[in-house]
Amino acid sequence: MAEYLIKNGFVYDPVLGIKGDRTDVAVKDGKMVETSALSNPAEIDASGMTVMAGAVDIHAHVAGPKVCVGRNFRPEDKLFRATPQAGIKRMEGGFSVPTVLRTGYDYARMGFGFVMEAAMPPLYARHVHEEIRDTPIIDEGALPVFGNNWFVLEYLKNKEIENTASYIAWLMRMTRGYGVKVVNPGGTEAWGWGLNCPTVNDPVPYFDVTPAQIVRGLIEANEYLGLPHCMHVHSNSLGEPGNYTVTLDTLKQAEGIAPRNEFGREQVLHHTHLQFHSYGGESYASKSFESKSKEVAEYVNSQDNITFDLGVVTLDETTTMTADGPFEHHLTELNHLKWVNTDVELETAAGVVPYIYSPKTFIAGAQWAIGIELGLFSKDPMRTFITTDHPNAGPFIRYPRVYKWLMSKAAREDMLDNVLKYGDSVRDRCYIGEIDREITLFELAQMTRAGPAKALGLANMFGSLKPGMEGDVAVYPYNPETSEDPEDIERAFSNARYLIKGGEIVVKDGQVVSNGNKRTFWVDCKVNENPQVERDIAEKFKRYYSVNLANYEVYAHHYVPNPYVIEVDATQ
Amino acid sequence: MAKLVTDVVCPFCGTLCDDLEVGVSDDGTKILEVYNACAIGAEKFLHSQAKDRVTRPRMKQEDGSWKEISYDEAVEYTATTLAAARKPLMYGWSSTNCEAQAIGTEIGEMVGAVMDNTATVCHGTTLIAVQDVGVPSCTLGEILNRADRIVFWGCNPAHAHPRHMSRYSIFPRGFFTGKGAKGRKMVVVDPRVTDTAKTADIHLQVEQGRDYELLTALRVAFKGEWLPDTVAGIPKKTIYEVADIMKSGRFGIIFFGMGVTQSLSKNHNIDQAICVTRDLNEYTKWNIMPMRGHYNVTGSGEVWGWLHGFPFALDLSRGFARYNPGDTTSNDLLVRDEVDAVFVIGSDPGAHFPNSSVKKIWDLPSICIDPHLTPTTAVCKLHVPVAFVGVETGGCAYRMDNVPIECRKVVDPPEGMLTDLEFLERVTARVRELKGA
Amino acid sequence: MATVTLKPIKVPDLRLEADNIKPDAFAGKKAAEIADLHVYCGNSQYPLGEFFEVAGEGGATAAETEVVIDGDVSRVKYIGMKMTAGSVLVKGNADMYVGAWMEGGTITVNGDTDAFAGMGMTGGEINVLGNAGNYLGAAYRGDWRGMQGGVIRVAGDAGSDIGTFMRGGEIIVNGNVDVHVGTHQEGGTIIVKGDAKSKVGGQMVEGEIYVFGDIEVMMPGFQHIGDVDVAVDGVSGRFACYKGDMGERHPRRKGETIYGKLYLKY
Repeated sequence: MAEYLIKNGFVYDPVLGIKGDRTDVAVKDGKMVETSALSNPAEIDASGMTVMAGAVDIHAHVAGPKVCVGRNFRPEDKLFRATPQAGIKRMEGGFSVPTVLRTGYDYARMGFGFVMEAAMPPLYARHVHEEIRDTPIIDEGALPVFGNNWFVLEYLKNKEIENTASYIAWLMRMTRGYGVKVVNPGGTEAWGWGLNCPTVNDPVPYFDVTPAQIVRGLIEANEYLGLPHCMHVHSNSLGEPGNYTVTLDTLKQAEGIAPRNEFGREQVLHHTHLQFHSYGGESYASKSFESKSKEVAEYVNSQDNITFDLGVVTLDETTTMTADGPFEHHLTELNHLKWVNTDVELETAAGVVPYIYSPKTFIAGAQWAIGIELGLFSKDPMRTFITTDHPNAGPFIRYPRVYKWLMSKAAREDMLDNVLKYGDSVRDRCYIGEIDREITLFELAQMTRAGPAKALGLANMFGSLKPGMEGDVAVYPYNPETSEDPEDIERAFSNARYLIKGGEIVVKDGQVVSNGNKRTFWVDCKVNENPQVERDIAEKFKRYYSVNLANYEVYAHHYVPNPYVIEVDATQ
Repeated sequence: MAKLVTDVVCPFCGTLCDDLEVGVSDDGTKILEVYNACAIGAEKFLHSQAKDRVTRPRMKQEDGSWKEISYDEAVEYTATTLAAARKPLMYGWSSTNCEAQAIGTEIGEMVGAVMDNTATVCHGTTLIAVQDVGVPSCTLGEILNRADRIVFWGCNPAHAHPRHMSRYSIFPRGFFTGKGAKGRKMVVVDPRVTDTAKTADIHLQVEQGRDYELLTALRVAFKGEWLPDTVAGIPKKTIYEVADIMKSGRFGIIFFGMGVTQSLSKNHNIDQAICVTRDLNEYTKWNIMPMRGHYNVTGSGEVWGWLHGFPFALDLSRGFARYNPGDTTSNDLLVRDEVDAVFVIGSDPGAHFPNSSVKKIWDLPSICIDPHLTPTTAVCKLHVPVAFVGVETGGCAYRMDNVPIECRKVVDPPEGMLTDLEFLERVTARVRELKGA
Repeated sequence: MATVTLKPIKVPDLRLEADNIKPDAFAGKKAAEIADLHVYCGNSQYPLGEFFEVAGEGGATAAETEVVIDGDVSRVKYIGMKMTAGSVLVKGNADMYVGAWMEGGTITVNGDTDAFAGMGMTGGEINVLGNAGNYLGAAYRGDWRGMQGGVIRVAGDAGSDIGTFMRGGEIIVNGNVDVHVGTHQEGGTIIVKGDAKSKVGGQMVEGEIYVFGDIEVMMPGFQHIGDVDVAVDGVSGRFACYKGDMGERHPRRKGETIYGKLYLKY
C-alpha cells in the first residue's frame, strides 16, 4: 500500500500534545507511522496549512428509516440542489437530508473519518446497514435504541441489571449495533398511546418504571458489559422551556457510577445535543424563555464521568427527525408542517418534521446562542463535542460555521448585531454577549477528534496522528499564523485540501477522487448463557412481534460487507 | 423423507409473511409442499416448478418468432441498448430484491435513465400525498398489540392481502389486545360490498369518486361543525357516528388501497385521509398505512430514497436526480414519446399499463427481465428469464410498513440460470466499459 | 428593448429541455452566443442553434430583452423558467413548465401550455391565450409554499390541480376548470369565470376563490355565510359567500379566526 509524507503543516494533536508546530506526518500501509518508517513516500506539501487527524462525529442522523423518510418526503429539499456525477464521484442530492452519496462525500470534504449514526430502530437495522453500506468513504457505526424497549422496561422495573445486560448484548449482535442509545426514556413508549413522560419521575404507562430508573439501569448494564461507548442519552422534554431541570435530573443518574471498560473510556454517560435541553422559562416568548446553559455546563464541569455534544442551531431550513415521537407531534402542532411518525412494535418510535430556524425569530436566535454557550462554558474540551444533531439543529455541512462561531467572538457579535433580528433580546435572555472565550485550534482538535474518539472507545484508532493509529489525516487550507478573517475558518474546514482515509487519498486538491473503502463498526459482546432472557426473547417473538425470531438478525453478507468487529468479553 | 425449510418469507404481496414452511425434496431441487401461505403465496412457490419454464434468454426475430440466445448475448444487447439511448426508461423493480435495485440504479446513473417503479400505477399517489402532508404510521406489530379501531378504506385484504387480517389487523391477540377481534371495531369504506366489507361492524358504501368529500366530512365532524344532509351518499348522522367511533378508540389505524389511490382525486384522497389521521391524534392515537401490492415495491422506494432522495419517478438523464410525477412518470413519458428505450424488471407493465403506453414499448428497443412469461415479455424485444427472488435466491425486501426482511432461498434455480443481481452486475460491468466510466 | 427571435427549425424527437430560453440568459449576448447556449434532449447536450434559428440580440439586461418564439414549441419544456424580467412571446403552443419558478417579467403564449405552468412562481405575469394544462400555478411536489405572487391569466380552460398550496398572487381562468381548485390554498385569489367540476377549495386554510359558473359538487366543508355584491376582475355581481374548509386548521389573527372564502356568482 501507499506511503504518504505530509510535510510542513501546522499540526494539532491533543494526544501527542502538538499545538500547531510545523512538523511532518507519515502514513504507511493504512496506518500512521514515524516519518523514519517511510521508504519512498508520495509527498504532500502542507505548508501554510493546518493538519489534524480525521475528525470523528459522535452523533448524527445519517442512515436508516427516518433519514430516508426525511429524504423521500422532502423533494423540495433537493430542488435545484443536485450536483452532477463527475469521474468516480456519483450523483449528489439534497440539502438538510442529503443522499447517502452526498453524505459520504461531504463528510470527506470536511475531513471526517468516522461518523456514528445516532439512532437505529432494531427492527429496521437492515435498513440502517444498507444505507451505511452505500455511504462512501467514511467509517460508520450505529447505536440501537433501548430506552423504550419492552424487554428493558420490564427488566429494569425489577432492577434486573444482569438480564438487561444480556439482552443488550443479544440485541447488539442481532442488529450489528455499536452501543446503547436512549431517546426520551419511557416517553416514546407512552407515545404508543399518544402520551409522554415529561420528567424523569413520570412512570411509563402500564410498565410502571420511571425514566430515571431506565437511565440509571442502562448505565449500570452498559458498565456491567464494559462496552466501548457509554450510555448515550437524549433526555425527556427535549425542546421544552424550563427543561433544564429535567436534564440535570437525568445527568444526576450517573452520580457514583465509575466507568468499567478496556477501551480507555473515562465516562459513563454521554448526553447528546445538550442545547435542546438547557432551556429556562415557561414559554418560547422573549419575556419568559431564557438560557440555562451556564447552570447545565456548571454541573457537567463538576462531574468527571459525563460527556456531551452541543447540537448547535445553524439557523437553516432543516428537517427534524428523532425517536422522540411525542416531541415531533408537538412540533408539527406548532409549525403545521408535514409530519411523519412511525411507531415500532416493542421497541421505539420516530417522527420527522421540517423546521425553519429563522434568524428573524427570537427563539431561533436564543437556541443558536445556547448551543454556542455550552461549548464556551465547558471547561473540558475532551468531554465537549461539536455537533448540530444533524439534521435536527442544522445540517452537518454547517460544522465549519459552528467552528467559526466558537473560535471568534467577532463572528458571534456579527450574528447578534447584524443577522439576528432580535439580537438584543438574545443578549438579554442568554449569556452569549458576556462570553469572551475563543476556542483554539488545539481545543477544536479535542472537540472534533481526540474527545469523541475517546468517548466512543476508539481512542486506539482515531483522533490522533500517533504512530499506530488509523491513517486518517485531514489537511485544511488554513494558516493559523496569518489568517485573521473568521470566514477563513468556515471556508477552510468546509473543504479540506486533502483527506487521507485509511491510508488512501480520497480528497485531493479539494476534490473527491475515491469512493474509499468504508467499514461498518459493531460491537460483539460475549455474555454468559442466560436462559431466562432466551426464554423471554422466544416468548415475545412468538406472541408480540410481527416477524419471526429467525428472521430478525442482520446476518447476510450484503448488509455489512466490510465489518470491523470490536469484541468484548463480559463473561467474567 | 423431505426437508422442511422454516421461517420462509413469502415473495408475493406487501404483507411479506415470514412464517412459511416449505417442504423440499431431499436433493434440494424440488418444492413439494408449502405450509402457512395463502393460496396465492403457495402458488408463487409452486409456479417456479413449472415444467415449461423458460430458462434461457430469448430474442424476438424479424418474423415475430423467438430465438434462444446466451446470457452473454443478452448482456450485450441490454448494455448496448441502454448505453446508446438518450433517455431510457428503467421500469419495474418491485418484484426483485434491494441488492438488484441498488446495482440497477448504478446502471441508471451511468446511462442517464429514468427510474420508475410500479408505484407509478399504484401507491405513487400515496407517496405524493406523504410529500405534501407527511404520514403518521407504525409497524404492523403495533396494530397487533394495540389497535382497537381498524378502518379499511378502498382496499379488500380478504382477497388482495389474504393473511393480513389474521396476522396483524383484525383477529390476532396481542399484548394490549387480549380479546382479539372482539376488542376491535372494524369499519370498511368501499363502494362495493366486498368480502372484507361483509365482515365489518360498519360498512360505508361511499359513492364512487367521492372519497375526498367523505374524508373531508369526517374532519368537519371531528370538530362538531355543520354538515350537509348527505355527503358522498352517506347520511350525516352516520358520519357523525363514525367520527365518534374513531375518536373514542385508544389506538386506531386506517389501511387504504387502490380504491382510493387510483380513483378520482388520487393523491388528494390520501392527503385528506392522512389529515383525518393527524386530526385524530389531537384526541387519541391513530396511524395510517398503505396496503402496498408487490412484495418489494416499498424497497425500491427506499433504495432510491437513500441513493437519490426520491421514492419513484427519478429522472437521472441530466447527470443528477430530478423528480416530478406527471412529467417523470412512466406512462407520461411513454405516451409523450419522451423515452427511446425501455428496460423492465420485476413487473408487468404489459398487463398493467394503458394500451397506448404498451404500444410504445412494442415500438422501442426493449428488454424484460422476468422469471415468468408475461404480457410484457411478449411485447419486448429481449426476454431474460431469471431465478425467482425469495424462492431460488435471497435478498432484502421491505414490507408495507417499511420493515426490511431478508428473503430466503428455498431451492436452487434450474441449472445455469442467473439471478437478477448476477445479470445486472454483468450489465453494469459492460455499460461501464461502453461509457468509459 | 432588444428582441431575440427564435424560429424553430427542427422538432425534437424526444422532448427538449430549454431552461435557457429566457431574457436572463439572452441578455448581453449576440445571436451566435445565444445559439451556443445549451439545451438538452435526454442525456445529450446540444446548442440551442440546432433547434432554433436565432435572430437579433439580447438587451443589456433581462428587463431590456424580449424573446419571441416564432412557431410551435409544444415539445420544448421550461420556457421562461426562473425568469426575473423582460418578456417572452410564444406564437404557438408550449410544453410543460412555462414560467415555472418565475420571479418577474411577462410571458405570453398564443396557444396552449402543458402542465406545471407558473409552478412555484413568485412574481411576473403569464398570459395563456389558449388552454392551460394541469397544475397551473401549483406548488412543486412537497413544497408548502406554492405560487406566492404574480398573475396568471388563461383565456381558455385549465386542467386539474390549479393553485395547489397557493400563498399569494392571482390566477384567472376565463373558461372552465377540472377538479381540485386551490387545494391547501393559504392565500392569493383564484377566479374561474366558467364552471368548476368539484373538489373546489378542499383543505383550504385562507385565500379567495371566485366561481362565476356552476360547481357540480360542493365540498362539505364550506358553510354559506351570506351574500355580497363585489366587482371581480372587472365584473360586478352578487355572490354567495362561503367560509371553509371547516375541516381544516385556521389561523387566528386579532382575536378572529381566518377562513378561506369561496364566492359563487348568482
